[in-house]
Amino acid sequence: MILDARGSFCPGPLMELIRGIKQAKVGEELEVWSSDQGSKKDIPFWIQKAGHQLLGVVEEQGYARFIVKKLK
Amino acid sequence: MADRLSLVVFSGTVDKLYPVAIMASGGVALGKDVEIFVTFYGLEAFRKGNPQKNMKMDVNYPEVGPMMMKVMMAKKMPSWYDMLVQAKEMGNIKVHACATTYDLMDMKKEDLDPIVDDVIGVTEFLSRASEGGITLFL
Repeated sequence: MILDARGSFCPGPLMELIRGIKQAKVGEELEVWSSDQGSKKDIPFWIQKAGHQLLGVVEEQGYARFIVKKLK
Repeated sequence: MADRLSLVVFSGTVDKLYPVAIMASGGVALGKDVEIFVTFYGLEAFRKGNPQKNMKMDVNYPEVGPMMMKVMMAKKMPSWYDMLVQAKEMGNIKVHACATTYDLMDMKKEDLDPIVDDVIGVTEFLSRASEGGITLFL
């Protein structure tokens, strides 16, 4: 599942991710795209706190892709 | 102990209403129950029609306030109200109107924006807030 939250401001991309995680199945991988610099801190923090797995952060031109696996 | 974020919203200017919406969103992100008590100018900000037309910024910052408003509009930042509505759809947020201000201003339920859940007194709010978590005054 790809959640394109580019152009959205903190905490918008994180809220999109949480919405996506709620809909996803355990073990499913999701990707959230964010152009907000704050996401680099609050998305990894939330993933750890919520007990999911951050598979990677890929820097693109003007945004970053956060790849997450739903663990529970 | 309740995992709760309680906010006393006294201010009615947009610059203070943004942190209300953002803090509430953060609370929802962490799975907290969020209690918002709107009082005085804060209650005015939740009067029907005001969330859509209120453009007031704190007058103490004339050199940055209007500029920040322009930047937020240019970058198409969603309004504090839309952010709060979105957060409320995703988590457990309750918006309580302060009974004292409500009575003082002779308000009726239909005068309030539909995001407001109920009208409660200070003792009920404080007793809910004291069940646990964080309480902030904005």
